[in-house]
Amino acid sequence: MAKITLENLAHSYSPAPKGPEDYALKELNHDWQDGAAYALLGSSGCGKSTLLNIISGLLIPSQGRILFDGVDVTRAPTAERNIAQVFQFPVVYDTMTVRDNLAFPLRNRGRPEAYVAERVAEIAAMIGMEHMLDRKARGLTADAKQKISLGRGMVRKDVNALLFDEPLTVIDPHMKWELRTQLKKLHHDFGHTMIYVTHDQTEALTFADKVVVMYDGRVVQIGTPEELFDRPEHTFVGYFIGSPGMNLLPAKIDGAQALVPGGTTPLAGTYGAVQGNVQIGVRPEHVRLSAHEGLPVTIRRIEDVGRHRIIRADLMGHDLNIIAPEDMGVGADMTRAVFDPSRINVYADDWRVAAA
Amino acid sequence: MEKTVNHKAWFLVLPVLVLVAFSAVIPLMTVVNYAFQDTFGNNVFFWNGLGWFEDLLASDRMWNALGRQLAFSGIILAIEIPLGVFVALNMPKRGVWASVVLVLMSLPLLIPWNVVGTIWQIFGRVDIGLLGYTLNSMGISYNYTQNPVHAWATVVVMDVWHWTSLVALLAYAGLQSIPDAYYQAARIDQASRWKVFRYIELPKMMGVLMIAILLRFMDSFMIYTEPFVVTGGGPGNATTFLSIDLVKMALGQFDLGPAAAFSLMYFLVILLISWVFYTVMTNLDKRG
Repeated sequence: MAKITLENLAHSYSPAPKGPEDYALKELNHDWQDGAAYALLGSSGCGKSTLLNIISGLLIPSQGRILFDGVDVTRAPTAERNIAQVFQFPVVYDTMTVRDNLAFPLRNRGRPEAYVAERVAEIAAMIGMEHMLDRKARGLTADAKQKISLGRGMVRKDVNALLFDEPLTVIDPHMKWELRTQLKKLHHDFGHTMIYVTHDQTEALTFADKVVVMYDGRVVQIGTPEELFDRPEHTFVGYFIGSPGMNLLPAKIDGAQALVPGGTTPLAGTYGAVQGNVQIGVRPEHVRLSAHEGLPVTIRRIEDVGRHRIIRADLMGHDLNIIAPEDMGVGADMTRAVFDPSRINVYADDWRVAAA
Repeated sequence: MEKTVNHKAWFLVLPVLVLVAFSAVIPLMTVVNYAFQDTFGNNVFFWNGLGWFEDLLASDRMWNALGRQLAFSGIILAIEIPLGVFVALNMPKRGVWASVVLVLMSLPLLIPWNVVGTIWQIFGRVDIGLLGYTLNSMGISYNYTQNPVHAWATVVVMDVWHWTSLVALLAYAGLQSIPDAYYQAARIDQASRWKVFRYIELPKMMGVLMIAILLRFMDSFMIYTEPFVVTGGGPGNATTFLSIDLVKMALGQFDLGPAAAFSLMYFLVILLISWVFYTVMTNLDKRG
């Protein structure tokens, strides 16, 4: 187990990058605390897998350093880093039995057979494959194969970090939940540093202590699920986390109120002059329909998702989502929307601006 | 929907039927006729039953040719398959060099059989051939027209030169289909180079390798042109393989009866071995 430090790290797949747009991963400084569980969240192609492969040593970064507990491993081969990684698509050794697959990383490191047998039995119980140990891995279903890959990643106790690259993509939904719980338990029991790449926010938020949100090759926010929800540092975080995501409206800030299409809305704090492309963001949970106060909206559609209703509305040509409780009547007179002032975030050029 | 019945359609199939009849069915039946009958000329035939077959099976001639043939196929498979795999493993995986190497590797496959034979026939000659002359001036006595071992070596090396590319290209195709994640996982699992080959590359190549073995076996089992051009089956009968012997019997001695019986047995042997291969291959796919 180790603390992993990234120093001025950046990577470009082109040999002679000309500008920032050529970088799959833009300059980054970060410490991954020893024993924490991180989720690396972002949409496809945002550089998550690039970052993961640099940490595991499958890729050598164009610039910067990686330190494991202060030791520079930037150019060290994967084997020396003592890392386990599970890939998006199952990688199993077809001609081996399930047992040999699970034992493979241990045998390659010359562990005694008795220890190998004991670990394989533990891992098999964890992934629920004890009854299949003597089957050949060839011909198993995709999720059985992925469970073997997960098991192979977890079989070594002394790894510096466990990396997961969207490992549950091919797994059945109910099994997903179970495996994720297993991973969390494993983390709790053994305290490995874990980095879990995903584009599924539920997966990220339930798995991790800290979520690292990436956008366009850049880490835009690192925080607890709560921080990501309440104070998204970047409009992408606001939009990406939450279902539906944060409402963003163009605005002009004037002291303690914001001028938005259709009127003004009060803010919780006072802001100085905010320059650039100014927007306010408010989560659908913090918008309320009203008959008398607030901004004029047109309701286009109401989606009932069971525990609450999502109201899709239009505010002077801008989409506005509102989450309303199940029991609230939506009458024809509900033509206005009120924002909760303390929950409004102000953004300039996509980055959050704090109140003065 | 009801089928339209139109017997005119038969006229469209007729040309193919005629072609196949004249090119395959009638010649094959003629061979069968010759195999079971004997003649003293004037197109008068006598029923001979299994006579020709019994004669052939009792004589050493066919057994010797079969022995040489099996030895030849065995040797070239034992060389070409591992060598082809080795070459494929060392071919560049991507980039300009990958294309260059692919083209270079396909070159021997594009050369007609008799030209390959001629190239090696001249290459190995003691008087003017680069190989033969060089070897002899280095003090190594080499003469494929007189020494059976040298003749075999020449024919085997020629076949390896001509066909290893095919195995290499097939194995290369198998290797290219392995996703990078497998190699990455192997690095993380700290697998040695040998284990990567044994547990990742070889299993993924198995399918194409079986095809390569089958193709090379069939082709080498029927080899005629190249040894015929280089050694003519000699010295003595040292490189007289089945098809060379068959042609000698049929066209050289004009023993059509025994030759017909010979070709039928030849055909059955190839059919049998191919069937065995096919069964093994399909079972290999289903296994798991």
